[in-house]
Amino acid sequence: MNLTYYDGISLLCILGIILGIRLMNSPKTAKYGNLLGAISLACAVIVTLVKNDIIDNTLLWIAIAIGGIAGYYLAARVTMLKMPQMVALLNGLGGGASALVAVVILLGNLGTFGLSFAWFTVITSVLALIVGSITFSGSMIATAKLEQRISQRPVYLKRHSFILGLISITLLVLFAVILHTYFVSFGNRSLGDTLGNNPDVLTLILVILIAAFSLLWGIIFTMRVGGADMPITISLLNSMSGLAGAITGFAIYDPLLIAVGGIVGAAGLILTRVMCKGMNRSLLQVLTGKTVLGSGTEAKTAMSGENKELFAESSEKQIEEDDYNKKIKKITAIIAEAENIIIVPGYGMALAQAQYQVKVLYDKLMERGKDVKFAIHPVAGRMPGHMNVLLAEVDIPYEILYELDVINDDFDNTDLVIVIGASDVINPAANTAQSTPIYGMPILNVDRAKHIVVLNKDTKPGYSGVPNTIYKMDKVILILGDAKETIAPIISYV
Amino acid sequence: MKILILSLIFIITTVIGYKIISDVPGLLHTPLMSGMNALSGVTILGALMATATAVKTGSKVLGTIAIIFAMINVTGGFYVTHRMLGMFKTKWGDEK
Repeated sequence: MNLTYYDGISLLCILGIILGIRLMNSPKTAKYGNLLGAISLACAVIVTLVKNDIIDNTLLWIAIAIGGIAGYYLAARVTMLKMPQMVALLNGLGGGASALVAVVILLGNLGTFGLSFAWFTVITSVLALIVGSITFSGSMIATAKLEQRISQRPVYLKRHSFILGLISITLLVLFAVILHTYFVSFGNRSLGDTLGNNPDVLTLILVILIAAFSLLWGIIFTMRVGGADMPITISLLNSMSGLAGAITGFAIYDPLLIAVGGIVGAAGLILTRVMCKGMNRSLLQVLTGKTVLGSGTEAKTAMSGENKELFAESSEKQIEEDDYNKKIKKITAIIAEAENIIIVPGYGMALAQAQYQVKVLYDKLMERGKDVKFAIHPVAGRMPGHMNVLLAEVDIPYEILYELDVINDDFDNTDLVIVIGASDVINPAANTAQSTPIYGMPILNVDRAKHIVVLNKDTKPGYSGVPNTIYKMDKVILILGDAKETIAPIISYV
Repeated sequence: MKILILSLIFIITTVIGYKIISDVPGLLHTPLMSGMNALSGVTILGALMATATAVKTGSKVLGTIAIIFAMINVTGGFYVTHRMLGMFKTKWGDEK
């Protein structure tokens, strides 16, 4: 097989992957898109094995089998709630793989690819090592945070940004030194011949140092990201894992790797932008660690007096049984009269695992001939589109899941809104309270509906730390407690 | 010259990717992301070549780990996306 033949098949694989993504734009065809992508990638692997005449290499097949089985096992067992950490974990492995390939190239494979521009390979390999390592350690921290193996709260070091800057400079210096070792010490001859498979100790040390500092950078960078900013971080890491792959592709002159890496990088960037818009935060704010939770803590202390009062008042109410029964009666009456109902699910619903009850409630309301819709805020959940998957899992049809832009004007003509485990995304303070961190964040205009029922765990502020002004509105009926339990009586009376 | 072509490929695919991915509705953003995630395992191509050509044991070991990592990324990513997309049903469902 000559090179042009290979290039042709590579192009077909790339086109297959692009078409696959294209099919992802509708839920009806998305499944085929995913399959097409998988097949294209499998083709790419086979073609690569054939082209390099390594298809009979047993070690490769053993590694492929181990990874394939482990991946299948992981994917088969993961629950939809844990999807964000699954994606973060897989991202990290992809980044880690790119970094490892870079190490192998730097430590002795330079000559073996028949590369004419050795300097280009050295530079791109080092870059791939840095980006891949950062993606790996950053993703692992993100996974641990999402799994709650470590605290979700952002961790700040003293002079956090200063330390990050210092590591960046160290990396730059190391970059320069390793280039120097490769070129000056070896007289800039054809690197493949001189280095061969005998990298000297200095190169080895430099590679280890670069990997170590990159890993450290990823850890320090991700540890100051709070739970609410995770969707942005995951999107960004996704983008980086693609970028790491693309740079690796440059290092070994593989057009397929470059193309696919570029597409993935672009996808991650788009999702990052969507998430930033949904939270009204610039990427820079997230990158520099001005997390929602960080600034929210200040807001919390500033407004704590008011908040405590609100909280005490509502817990008092909760104790009064009569009052509770009255509320349920009132809700039953409202539901009986309501024609249009919008359900607003938040991450609280997912945490309480109340999706199944929500589905029962939905079925009952449909039986009564109500018009039921779901309003999904872009940042509901822990990754882009997370809430849709959680609702799809319990067989809620996707046509009635509406995005914020589409449904927001409908609230004016809605008889009843049922909020389940959402706070920040419905907080009207985002429109008015200029001093708070959520000011300017697009919210669901729940407050415009005729009646509002809120089923939240407590009246504590959401991740933003800003007290929710909606709890104080007269038309709001607030029932506190675990969503699973608070939905039950409503279901039984519908 | 070759570097120029490769750079062009990178730019073109990134732009195309940006365009077609912008069309994916928010509804499907999670499966989109896990699908993209699976694709980022494409680095397995590099891992395969590097491992096959590695001579020293250390490099071979690192390369093998790279293949395993990338393969977990690819299979896990595609399969989990497949599972997720299977959950999206219409109102009248598949029963008809």
